[in-house]
Parts: sequence; C-alpha cells; structure tokens
Amino acid sequence: MSNNIPSDLKYTKSHEWVRQAQNGALEIGITDHAQSALGDLVFVEVPDVGRALREGEACAVVESVKAASDVYSPLAGKVVANNSALSGKPELLNEDPYGAGWLFRLETSSGANTASLMSASAYESFLAEEAK
Amino acid sequence: MAFIPHTPDDIARMLEVIGARSVEDLFDEIPAELRAGVLNVPAPLSEMEIARLMTERAAIDGRPLNFIGAGAYEHHIPAPVWAIATRGEFYSAYTPYQAEASQGTLQLIYEYQSMMCALTGMEVSNASLYDGASALAEACLMAVRSNRGSSSRRILMPRTVNPTYAQVAQAIAGNQDISFVPVDFDRTAGRTLLDALKPHGGQDFTALVVQQPNFFGSLEEVDALTDWAHENKIMLIAVVNPTSLALLKPPGEWGAVIGGARGADIVCGEGQALGVPLSSGGPYFGFMATRMHYVRQMPGRIVGGTVDMEGRPGFTLTLQAREQHIRRSKATSNICTNQGLMVTAATIYMSLLGPRGLEAVAQASMQRTHDLVSALSKVPGVKRAFTAPHFHEAVLLLDRPPAAILAALSRRGILGGLDLSERYPELGHAMLVCATETKFDADIDAYASALADVMSASRAAA
Repeated sequence: MSNNIPSDLKYTKSHEWVRQAQNGALEIGITDHAQSALGDLVFVEVPDVGRALREGEACAVVESVKAASDVYSPLAGKVVANNSALSGKPELLNEDPYGAGWLFRLETSSGANTASLMSASAYESFLAEEAK
Repeated sequence: MAFIPHTPDDIARMLEVIGARSVEDLFDEIPAELRAGVLNVPAPLSEMEIARLMTERAAIDGRPLNFIGAGAYEHHIPAPVWAIATRGEFYSAYTPYQAEASQGTLQLIYEYQSMMCALTGMEVSNASLYDGASALAEACLMAVRSNRGSSSRRILMPRTVNPTYAQVAQAIAGNQDISFVPVDFDRTAGRTLLDALKPHGGQDFTALVVQQPNFFGSLEEVDALTDWAHENKIMLIAVVNPTSLALLKPPGEWGAVIGGARGADIVCGEGQALGVPLSSGGPYFGFMATRMHYVRQMPGRIVGGTVDMEGRPGFTLTLQAREQHIRRSKATSNICTNQGLMVTAATIYMSLLGPRGLEAVAQASMQRTHDLVSALSKVPGVKRAFTAPHFHEAVLLLDRPPAAILAALSRRGILGGLDLSERYPELGHAMLVCATETKFDADIDAYASALADVMSASRAAA
C-alpha cells in the first residue's frame, strides 16, 4: 500500500488532505492512501465554484471502475476554485494526489475550526490503527 | 459451504452469536403498525388447478373491441417478435449475473439503447426501467441531482401529463422532499397554457415535465415550452410515446440552442407500444435517455461497446459505480429494475419494422383515430373537446355522463374509451378515445353505430 504523507499538510479521518494556500484559501484533495485504495480512477466530480459547504458535507465524488466514494469538506466555507483538469484526466489524481490531483479550494468561514484536523504523524498513526 | 437452507440449529447458533432472541428481533426497527402481520395467501394449487384458474380468469376479459389507450396501446405484434423473444437464448427477465459472459444479451441491450437514442434524438439510453410512470419518477429524481443551478426541488407538472404518471411521481419522489407544482391547460386547445407558466419565470424550479403527445392525445407546443424552461435554467423532462417519434420531431431537437445545448435534457416514457401485449396492465417497460453530460446521474444499467484483450469488439456493463451494488444507499436509484424480456421483444419489434415500418404504424394509427373521431362526432350528442392537432388519441365530449354509456357499450363487446370525468371534472362529460392500426373501417363503423344506439336509448330512458 502506498503511503506518502507529506508533513506540511493537515488530514481528516475520511482521508482528505488540507493545504494552506496563498491568499488564505485552503486547498483540498484526497490522500495517497485513499487514491491507492480506490484504484484507477475513471471519473472525478468536483464542487461548483461559489457553492457553500458545511463541515463534513459530501461535495465531490471520486469513482473508479469498481467503487465510488464521496469526498467530504473538512471545514465550512465557500468553494473559490475547482480542478477542472480532472474531468478530462481523472488519472492525475492517481499520479499526483497532493499536486496536480487537487480537488477544490475553499475560502473558510471566519472561525473555521482547523483544530479537528490531524497532523501528518497523527494521520500516520490513524492509518496504522485502521489497518489493524 | 453447501448451498442449502439454514437448519433450525444453524439459525439458533447464529442468533446466539449476535445476541438476538429470535429472527423477529432482527426486524425490531420496523414499527409494529407498519408490519403486514398475517398474509392472507391461499393454499398452493397444482399445475392443473392453476391452468384452469388462469383460463377462467382470461375468459372473463373476452375479446372486446378496444378503443382505450391512455398510456397502453394495442398494436399489431408480428408473430416473429415473441417467437424469437421466447427462445432459450433470450428468455430471461433480467440482465444476467456475470453479464459479460452473455455477450448476446448485452449486444441486444446495446442495440436497444442505440435504437432508443435514434428515436429520441438523445446521446445515451439506459437498458430500461420498470415502466413509464416510474421512469418519470426516476427522471424527476435525476433532474434534482443534475440541475446544479437549482436548489428548490420543485418540479412543474402540467395537468396534461398522464395523471397516473403524476401520481406515481408524487408517490416516489414526493417522499424525497420534492414537490410538484401543477400547470393549467388551455380548455379550448387541450394543451399546456404557455401563459400559465409565465408567472413561474425567474423563480427557482428544477424541471418542467412535458408529455408529447399529451394525455389528451394533443400535440404540445414543445419548442416554446422547451425554450421557456431553458431560458429560466429549468431542465426539460420529456415524456414521449415511442411510436409517435416515427413522425414527430425527436425531443433531442426541441426548441432552440440555449446555453450551448438544445432539446430535452431527459427523455422517458412507456415502451409497451413496441411489441409488448396489453396483457391486463403488465409487465411493460420504461425507457430513459439523456445527454452524455448527465450520464452519471442516470439510473439503471448501461451496456457499452468495448474491445477485448485481442482488440475484438465486445460488450460490457459500463458506469456501474452509479449503481446500487457498488454505491449502496447513494446509488442513482434503488428501485430501478430493467425489464430484460420486454426490451428483448421491443428490440426485435423495432428491428423487424425498421424506421419505415414504425412510421407506417404511426401514420396508420393517427389516420384511424382521425377517422374514429370524425365518425363518432357525427353521433348526436357527441363532439370533439379540443382544437389542437392530435396524434392517435382524442377527447370527446358527450351530452351525458360517459360512465353509463361506456358500460352499455361494454355489454356490446366494445371498450369505448376512458371516462375522464373524475380526473378532469372541469371538462364535463369527457372521455378519451384511441384507435391504432389494429382497427378496420368496419370496427369504427360498428363503434359509431353502437354509440348512436346507446346514446339514443339513454336519451329515451331519461
């Protein structure tokens, strides 16, 4: 199982990663572990720009030949950008889950609670625990 | 593990492991008042007994001369259709498990989908749904998933849509927080009133349903309706009769190009007219087609063309990640079943007739209905209700309640039409009549003279 967990990102229990992007927005994708578990992706649906999301709201779908999973918004906020390249090349998410395979950018509501997110080391132990 | 039922011992051991006292306990979450209790099922019958029972039941129907349509149509079914459909290679109600091992079945469904796309002018069709009414309910659910610009979950449902379909859509989609707003019709023309839509312009609606021909048999102004919907960012759900598409403009070409797209967004309907007998109401099949853009929101199975490892053409079930065996409760549908055998018959029917044959059926049905309406309107106390052009059905107005008239005709072996007075009290003494290519001049004459008799007897008795 592939397990690349960059130390500069935050993580969720539902296997999303969160990056502090420039101008205060957060960039969100799914982890290397998640893409590897799903297998070759054939379709990725990202949320529309302008959509308001609640924390934990299902907002994107990643679909492989044999499975489809929802992606949940780690925090409440408004979608300010989405990765439209994925509609033509879903494999970007398999090849580069933390880079070209990003899903969307979120402008969080004031007072968004980042405390619930995990550090890389916490996510690593979480994965180890899940694997038991 | 042997494939045998659980013994009482097995059951007791399993219950013990999970800590349940009885199998009944497993259904605890279903409130007592919703349980069926004791089912009143009669004792089993032998093959001989059941054959006699069914023969007796069938005899009750008799061989009436039928002028009722209203969603199910009596068309001639060429003998090869069911001779081929019931061959062992085809004779199954379902898409097979291990579908790809049954390339012939998949190819047939693929051909069916291609034919439905050609008829409707759409880009992709599914492998069929349960029936026309539930296909409309599914189309409404699909529109709610697909129309990202709308959050209202409100759907405009004209009163010219088959009222049974509207009722089924309400029963299925209404429980998913979707509401239906009726749209009135023009009492003179017998089609949806464009002016009745105007007040809804600029508001958040998810979809507009348009049935063509509508429940009254009248032709709707589909271009204007489609454009109005698209100008207001409302999806257009077309409910169509597949036979009529041999003559009418396909829904994929309704209206103008607005926002880069043209025509209906979702097309659905009842497929029974394509080679499936009336058969006391079923089994029939529903169909659904859409644009590629919405394919992931479409319920039901889809067969795709592909190549095998050696590059040879083959067929496969595709986009299965939308379906319930993979997506579980988040599947595009959990009530969609495909009507494999009915689709087999329909595909053979369409193959045998071809585009010209289907057009001849549509032409003849339309002509027969025009002949019928003209013959019946000459009967004193009978007139046409609406002025809009019609396909193979029309509404007639009587000078007295249709119920007694239709009952008297039925005693003479004629099913004269469908009484509309309960569904549409504002129309008065209205009934819906239909004639397909199966009706000869003599049949129409027989109906007209029987109607004249029955009407005058009723007048004399009053």
